[in-house]
Amino acid sequence: MKAVVWAGRNRLEVQDVPDPRILNARDAIVRVTSTAICGSDLHLVDGYIPTVKKGDVLGHEFMGEVVEVGPGVRDLRPGDRVVVPFPIACGACFACEDGLYSLCENSNPNAGMAEKLMGHAPAGIFGYSHMLGGFPGGQAEYVRVPFADVGPVKIDDDLTDEQVLFLSDIFPTGFMGAEMCDIKPGQTIAIWGAGPVGQLAAASAFLLGADRVIVIDRYPYRLERARRTGAEILDYEEVNVLDALRDMTGGRGPDACVDAVGMEAHHPTPAMYAYDRTKQAARLETERPYALREAIMACRNGGVVSVIGVYGGFVDKFPMGTVMNRSLTIRTGQCHVQRYTEPLLERIRAGEIDPSFVISHRMPLSAAPHAFDLFKHKQDECNKVVLTP
Amino acid sequence: MTDKLARALGWTSLALGMAQLAAPRAVTRLCGVDDAPGATAVARLVGGRELLHAALLLGAKNPAPWAWTRVAGDTMDLGVLGRAAAHRTGARRARALAALGAVAGIAALDAACARRGTAKAKGPLQVRATITVNKPREEVYRFWRDLENLPSFMVHLDSVRTLDQRRSRWKAKGPIADLEWEAEIIDEQAGDLIAWRSVPGTGVPTAGLVGFTDGPGGRGTVVDVSLEYGAPGRKLAAAVARILGEHPEQQVRDDLRRFKQVMETGEVVRSEGSPEGHRALRQLRQRPAQPIGGRA
Repeated sequence: MKAVVWAGRNRLEVQDVPDPRILNARDAIVRVTSTAICGSDLHLVDGYIPTVKKGDVLGHEFMGEVVEVGPGVRDLRPGDRVVVPFPIACGACFACEDGLYSLCENSNPNAGMAEKLMGHAPAGIFGYSHMLGGFPGGQAEYVRVPFADVGPVKIDDDLTDEQVLFLSDIFPTGFMGAEMCDIKPGQTIAIWGAGPVGQLAAASAFLLGADRVIVIDRYPYRLERARRTGAEILDYEEVNVLDALRDMTGGRGPDACVDAVGMEAHHPTPAMYAYDRTKQAARLETERPYALREAIMACRNGGVVSVIGVYGGFVDKFPMGTVMNRSLTIRTGQCHVQRYTEPLLERIRAGEIDPSFVISHRMPLSAAPHAFDLFKHKQDECNKVVLTP
Repeated sequence: MTDKLARALGWTSLALGMAQLAAPRAVTRLCGVDDAPGATAVARLVGGRELLHAALLLGAKNPAPWAWTRVAGDTMDLGVLGRAAAHRTGARRARALAALGAVAGIAALDAACARRGTAKAKGPLQVRATITVNKPREEVYRFWRDLENLPSFMVHLDSVRTLDQRRSRWKAKGPIADLEWEAEIIDEQAGDLIAWRSVPGTGVPTAGLVGFTDGPGGRGTVVDVSLEYGAPGRKLAAAVARILGEHPEQQVRDDLRRFKQVMETGEVVRSEGSPEGHRALRQLRQRPAQPIGGRA
């Protein structure tokens, strides 16, 4: 079968690889009908996520048709149409029972690797490094889906692939980012990053009752998409974000700040950008945390900083003094997707939201390297690419 | 205590090494060898060597055995100082002899520390690991008590065959040849603990204890395993560890992870990167995360 393969830093290839087969009794094999490129895939491509290996199949946002099930899968059968959450979860451990699916204690066969870097290990994730399991991803014609009786959501009505595909990651991730803000009536939420996750976080914040949402980015076409959710927008290359947010909130600062940027942020001041960019290139730190630093500085006293942008390792110059002295709460996590799939599917069915508004490009799987290029360099107003095998 | 002494010796090495590098002339004067050509160069070299001792003794997790490197250094120094004293007279000879005495004293301390460190490493190898399993204690205990289940999560075991209530026959893959031994249960408290040891004279001297306690706040069962390998077994374990890159402690921890998976999900969880499931050895040499191919 054809699959998108990591062939080295900034090198992606569409290669012929073997078809997947059942390895565990609770596996299913899914024929992928739609898959998407995620912003967090760029961190892999750029080589900032440790333990990625040449030959790894990428992709963690996908859906398709079940073509084979292992003997331990009871509630799925060939022909079922499913969306697959990106974290792999067993459904039986303490974390899963607690709804913390991205911390499943059993789904990462390389937990020991992750423990060395992180202390304790999170769940396995499709196509997202060996430290997170060494599972092939979904930018391929077929995928093996472990614990197929736990994660996949059956779609048996006429909703299109594009309407439900993002239940696999970015819609629940954006939603969880807004949910962690603990929004109360009258509140203002600021969101760093007007990418697809930031756009969906903005839409989710409104669904959860936010009064105002302010989205910060530097790409006009992305800010324009964010504005269409009802959000106000700030271009950080045009204005001083901290001043602007103070002005917009009567001097208080936003009640909660969402970091939907992560480890490869950008800074408008060349010297500031060069400082962390150089340290990152020299592997002295793994992150360029400008968005996170600014979100912390901007947040009102006693507010919440909700981090859904991906971080991989270690941050320098972290303003802990601000967090402590101003009683900020930091909430974060890889999305516990399985917790959100059913309720968010209901919202899509009810017409409250159609997450397909983020899509800008539709391309065949074979064009994946070009698609990554467009997405990474923000060319052709690229916002979100859906690939079809 | 021995490790504390080893660390102290490391600090001594660091101080001495820095002194020799920073003020080699003062050191050579103190030892009465400042008249020899090239004495400062030698002092600097010895200073560099001292820093190496310091790095080993201050950096190692178990520093005591590394004191042997200091013993070797002391021997070298004693030789040099002995020759220096023999070829000199008067005040220089007196200073060289004093230095010789001091080094001899320190050498005795180094040797004692190193010997105790090595002796400690030669005792029976003990490893311990613990994990929490989200299942009732009775169920977890029962699964383990059926010793024939053990190979389902202990990768190094080929098979366990129960002979009667207490005795069982174990087969394992060794690094060179397969191993086989007989074990007997020596203590057992239903639902709480199982203790076993290999029957004396049957191959591999080993003993183990597994305890089961209720996790706090309804968190299932805490499983606590202690294993001990006797002297020949320890050598074997060390050989296995060397050849396979897998430490015995790591093996037990991996076994427990797989045990948890078997109890909670029904089987060992596999990925294409780690097709055998969780194993430290495989983490060093991952397959690429792409389908394995072929048919099962």
